[in-house]
Amino acid sequence: MSEYVMGILILVCVNLIAVLGLSLLTGFTGQFNFGQAGFMAVGAYTAAILTTRADVPFVLALLAGMLASGLASFIIGIPTLRLKGDYFAIATLGFAEAVRLLVENLEKITGGSRGIPRIPTYTTLPLAIGMVIISLALVAFYVNSRHGRNCIAIREDELAAESIGINSFYYKQVSFFINALLAGLSGGLLAHYVGFIQPSMFGMIKSTELIVMVIFGGMQSLTGAVFAALLLTSLPEVLRAANAWRLVAFGALVVLIMVVRPEGVMGTWELSIGNLKNAWKKITARKIPAAAVER
Amino acid sequence: MVILQQIINGISIGAVYALIAVGYSLVYSILKFSNFAHGGVMMLGSYFGFLALLYLKVPFWIALPLAIVGAGLLAVLNERLAYRPIRMRNSPLLYLMISSLGVSIFLENFTIVTIGPNFRTYPDVLPTAPFMLGSLSIGRLDLIILVITAVSLAILTYVIYGTKIGDAIRATSYSMRVATLMGINPDFIVALVFFMAGASAGIGGVLFGIKYTVWPQMGALTIKAFIAAVVGGLGSLPGAVLGAIILGITETFSAAFVSSAFRDLFSYALMIIIILVRPAGLMGKITEEKA
Repeated sequence: MSEYVMGILILVCVNLIAVLGLSLLTGFTGQFNFGQAGFMAVGAYTAAILTTRADVPFVLALLAGMLASGLASFIIGIPTLRLKGDYFAIATLGFAEAVRLLVENLEKITGGSRGIPRIPTYTTLPLAIGMVIISLALVAFYVNSRHGRNCIAIREDELAAESIGINSFYYKQVSFFINALLAGLSGGLLAHYVGFIQPSMFGMIKSTELIVMVIFGGMQSLTGAVFAALLLTSLPEVLRAANAWRLVAFGALVVLIMVVRPEGVMGTWELSIGNLKNAWKKITARKIPAAAVER
Repeated sequence: MVILQQIINGISIGAVYALIAVGYSLVYSILKFSNFAHGGVMMLGSYFGFLALLYLKVPFWIALPLAIVGAGLLAVLNERLAYRPIRMRNSPLLYLMISSLGVSIFLENFTIVTIGPNFRTYPDVLPTAPFMLGSLSIGRLDLIILVITAVSLAILTYVIYGTKIGDAIRATSYSMRVATLMGINPDFIVALVFFMAGASAGIGGVLFGIKYTVWPQMGALTIKAFIAAVVGGLGSLPGAVLGAIILGITETFSAAFVSSAFRDLFSYALMIIIILVRPAGLMGKITEEKA
C-alpha cells in the first residue's frame, strides 16, 4: 500500500473516531455539539505535551488526553445540559473558541500559534484501525443497550422520557462524556500521526466538517457515520483542485440534506447480516411483480 | 476617569452587538431555534455596504439603506429556501439549527471564493476623530454608531410594541398555532421577522465594518450575539440589548485591566456564570415546558 493511501486511511480513522462520538451525542441523544474540534485539541495537546516533554509512553499519553477531554465535558455539561433549549450548542461553540484562545496564548506550554513540532509519529494504520474497532464496538454496544434506548427516548421527547423516570441530565452527560473521550483519542492519534499540531488545525472548520459527516451519513446510523467519514475524508483528497469550493458544497449539502432527506444517506439503517438479508429480500421482491406484469 | 472611559468604549461596542443580538433573539422568539446563519447575513450586509461605497460610489446615507435592504432580503431568502420546507414538515427544531449551520458555512465560503478571503477596510465615510468632553475622549464614530443604533432599536421597538403588525408578531411568538387560528398568516410573520432580523444585522455589520474591518469570517461574531442573548434572556428583546451592553463593557474592562488576548474568555465565563446562576437570563421569564 502506498504511503499516500495509508495516510488518507489513517486520517479517515482519526475522523471516524471523533465522528462516532458525535454520532452518539448528536445523532442518538439529540444534543448538538458545535465544538468537537475543541475536545480534539484538548486530547491532542495533552498527549503531545506528555510525549514530547515528559517522555510518557504513547498509550498512557493517549489515555491522559482522553481523560483531559472527558473532564472538560463536565465543565460545559454540568451548567448547560440541565437546561432545555440551545444553551448547550452555544456553550460548545464557545468552548472550542476558548480552547483555541488558551492554546494560542499560553505560549510556554503549548507553543502558541506556532504549535508543537517534532511529535514522535507513533500512530500507525493497524493501531488506528484497532482504535476504530474498539470505539465502534463501544458506541454500538452502548447505543443498543438499555442506556442507549434511554438516550434515544430523550432525543425523541425529553419531557416524555423524564416522565417515565429517565434521568435526562445523567444520560446526556454520559453521552457527552463518551463523545469527549473519543474526541480526545482522535486528537491524540492525529497529533502522533501528523507529527506537529497547531491551533489552526482545530478551528471552527474542523468542528463543522465532523458534524457534517454525522449529518451526511445519517444521524441515527453508525453505518452512516463510517460511510460518511470514509467518503468525506478521502473525497477532498482526491479532488484537491476544487478545494476552494469544497466548503461551499459542504454548506449547500447540509441544507439540501435537511430539506430533502434529514435522516441522512443511511437513515436509521445499520449494516448487519439480518438487515442485509432483509434488503436483499426487498430488492428481489420488487423484481417479481415486474416479471409478472411482463408475462 | 479611566473606568468611565472604558464604560463609554464598552457601550459603543455593545451597541453593535445589540443590533446583532436583537435579530437573533427575534428569530429565536418566533421559531425557537438558534439561527447560526445570522452571522453570515450580517457579514454579507457589511459587504453590501462596503461594495456599494467602493464600486457604486454612493454616499453613506444611501449605502446604509442598501445594506439594510440587501441583508433583510437575504435573510428572507434564507428562510424561504432553507427553513420553510423543514418547518412545513413539523420536523424537530434540531433540523432547523443544522440547516442554519449549513447556510452559515455556505455564505462564509461562498464569500471567500467570490469576493476573496482578505480583510477589507471601509473607505473613510464617517468622521473618526475623537472630541474631548472634560478629560474624556469620545470618538465621533462611536457617537454616530450609538445614535444609529438607538434610532434603529427605537424603530424596531415601535414596530413590535406599537403597531398592529407588532401585536401579530408577539402573538405568533407566544403561540404560532393560536395566532394562526386568530387569522394571522404565520408565513408572512416569519418572513417579516426574518427581514427585520436581517436588516438589523445589516446595520450592525456595516457599523462593525466601519469601526473595524470586513472579512468573510466576521460572521463568527454571532457567538457574541448568542452570549448577549443568553445573558439577557433567550428570546427577550430588551434582554438582548441589556446583555449586549453588559457584554461590551465586560469585554472592554477585561481587555483594559487584564489582557486583551483573554478578552473573549471573560465573555464565555460571563455566559457560563449566568447560565449557572440565572439560566433564564437577566430579563427572561422562566418557562416550564408543557406537554
